[in-house]
Amino acid sequence: MTRTVIIDPVTRIEGHAKITLHLDEAGHLTDTRFHVVEYRGFEKFCEGRPFTEMAGITARICGICPVSHLLAAARTGDKLLAISIPPAADKLRRLLNLAQLTQSHALSFFHLSSPDFLLGWESDPAKRNVFGLMAADPDLARAGIRLRQFGQQILELLGGRKIHSAWAVPGGVRTPLSQEAKDWILERLPEARATVTLALELYKKLLDGPLQKEQRVFGDFPSLFMGLVTPKGLWEHIDGGLRFRDANGAIVADQLSEDDYAEFLGEAVEPWSYLKFPYYKPLGYPDGIYRVGPLARLNVCDSIGTPWADRELAELRQRSGHPATSSFAYHHARLVEIVACLEAIEALVRDPDLMHGRIRLRASLNRNEAVGVSEAPRGTLFHHYKVDDDGLLTSVNLIIATGQNNLAMNRTVHQIAQEYIPDPVPAGAEIPEAMLNRVEAGIRCFDPCLSCSTHAAGQMPLRLQLLAADGTVLAERLRG
Amino acid sequence: MSVVTLNVNGQDVAVPAGASLLEATRAAEANVPTLCHLEGLTPVSACRLCLVEVEGSGKLLPACSTAAAEGMVVHTHTPRLKEYRRMTVELIFAEGNHVCAVCVANTHCELQDMAVTVGMDHSRFPYQYPQRSVDASHPQFTLDHNRCILCTRCVRVCDEIEGAHVWDIGSRGGQCHIVAGLDEPWGQVQACTSCGKCVDVCPTGALFRNSDTTAEKHPNTTLPALLRTAREQRRWHNQ
Repeated sequence: MTRTVIIDPVTRIEGHAKITLHLDEAGHLTDTRFHVVEYRGFEKFCEGRPFTEMAGITARICGICPVSHLLAAARTGDKLLAISIPPAADKLRRLLNLAQLTQSHALSFFHLSSPDFLLGWESDPAKRNVFGLMAADPDLARAGIRLRQFGQQILELLGGRKIHSAWAVPGGVRTPLSQEAKDWILERLPEARATVTLALELYKKLLDGPLQKEQRVFGDFPSLFMGLVTPKGLWEHIDGGLRFRDANGAIVADQLSEDDYAEFLGEAVEPWSYLKFPYYKPLGYPDGIYRVGPLARLNVCDSIGTPWADRELAELRQRSGHPATSSFAYHHARLVEIVACLEAIEALVRDPDLMHGRIRLRASLNRNEAVGVSEAPRGTLFHHYKVDDDGLLTSVNLIIATGQNNLAMNRTVHQIAQEYIPDPVPAGAEIPEAMLNRVEAGIRCFDPCLSCSTHAAGQMPLRLQLLAADGTVLAERLRG
Repeated sequence: MSVVTLNVNGQDVAVPAGASLLEATRAAEANVPTLCHLEGLTPVSACRLCLVEVEGSGKLLPACSTAAAEGMVVHTHTPRLKEYRRMTVELIFAEGNHVCAVCVANTHCELQDMAVTVGMDHSRFPYQYPQRSVDASHPQFTLDHNRCILCTRCVRVCDEIEGAHVWDIGSRGGQCHIVAGLDEPWGQVQACTSCGKCVDVCPTGALFRNSDTTAEKHPNTTLPALLRTAREQRRWHNQ
């Protein structure tokens, strides 16, 4: 008999998804699937538009990380114009992306994920959110919110608005950084540093204590990791080459150009999800599973290149290995990346180049095809455009970070289900709340953004179904 | 100079003979909205936003192309007119593809401003989502038919001010659209002087410079009046 149990409040992930757990005749778990059930069609309706509009259009895919699309689109536009943007423009774009990484990671850690760690997996779901955190630890909640605000405010100082700015354009950026804005950033940096120090101390204590099991159970499996690195192998977020590192730490491929992505990345499609399944082509599907995002970036790089971030990276590697294979380590990686961002922001703001010289070049269309890349908070983002001789788009392909983590998210769900679902499942089984929350939290490690990755409006209810061998729905829980 | 006196919204005004009702309403500070009208260009009554009620007339009259006459009693903001104006703007939005958020003219668009002026918070008419094309064949400018409201400012400025007559209107009804030359790609029309006046006077983001991205278009709608006045008054040194 099908049952629907509705649980409020809305879960802390974005978009529309459901999870199904498949059981055989004896009630043993055979398969788990993370379904993304929304469709948007950006790749299709952008066709026929001028490529110069793509930064503005694709930034509208998402309110969380419009900057990532803005930068990827602008960079693709640069390549269609066949120009190298001025140094000041490059540094201003870098500052924008660092602010974006900071604000998004702060949102993921403080607003979305920390209620699980700090309030407890079995705590009242109605209070297991940022408001519950405000009641339990107002100072920490306030600091986290202000850290996110720090990043958001830099976005506004640069682009004129916190979300959906169209500030980065093919050829550079529209406006420079003002002296007042620079002063504000320098003034707020110490507070941001103090907040991330506090969060790291708190998190490392939890990781060494009550979160050890989660570290082991939440998606700990071998896979490849992909991310941008500098030519010297340091942490990178906007330029450089792509590197793949395997679970043993070996560099599988290095300094790959985004232009050749079709040679090393394949995109598989499954009938039960609108989210595609990218994989590393040389290993085939699904063996070519790879992960992107903060953990992947820290796994592929040799080091970050700034002192405090490198100390924190060493501690992460000490606790979780190098490469760290547990998906739970994504949370730690986000905090380390915030450190890296804050150090890089300070260096950039003190760089005299940032305030001088040209910031925008004008040119005509010089190429008919280009691929642009940027490291979004959730991982590597590709934009691939083909245009006609008038600059109108004939083909658009967007490869989104959450999509590239699709296989890994499915495997994480499976591992958590194996750990927490009774084996075999007794007839008429009720799914315990703690199980539901942990599955959600497993997905949340990746900080998925499904509205972005399927290129859908609205909230993201999570539906969890327990299916018998004949496909009968034994139990169902719905959040949304 | 002879004048005519008339009454606008209860206020007596005097305007030069031959002046339009629009000029008379402006003399009375009545603020009648317009979209297709532009100082310096011949009025064409295309947008229907300047319709006013004139006592004794059985129909609504477009203020831009109706001459002010002695003794007229005019009403510019009756409930019926306000309703019609909002409806007109809603219809303009519904028949094209106007996506302000990503438009080059966002925050500098006369249609967007007009929606605010007439109090349009949504369209009561279903959006038609017509399949329209973009002509980016010109080396400097682009024409996006999705955003065109057929005001014909581009047609008139090119014909009356620049003298090149690149633009015309093609087809009828819902298929009606701006055409360049003999319905050719704009970049192939030899008559085009690439002066950009059509882009400057376009009230929406239908005509824009290729380098313009979201919200970067800044129109210059005072040009036609400036050029016409200068020409008529022979202000240039070589005239």
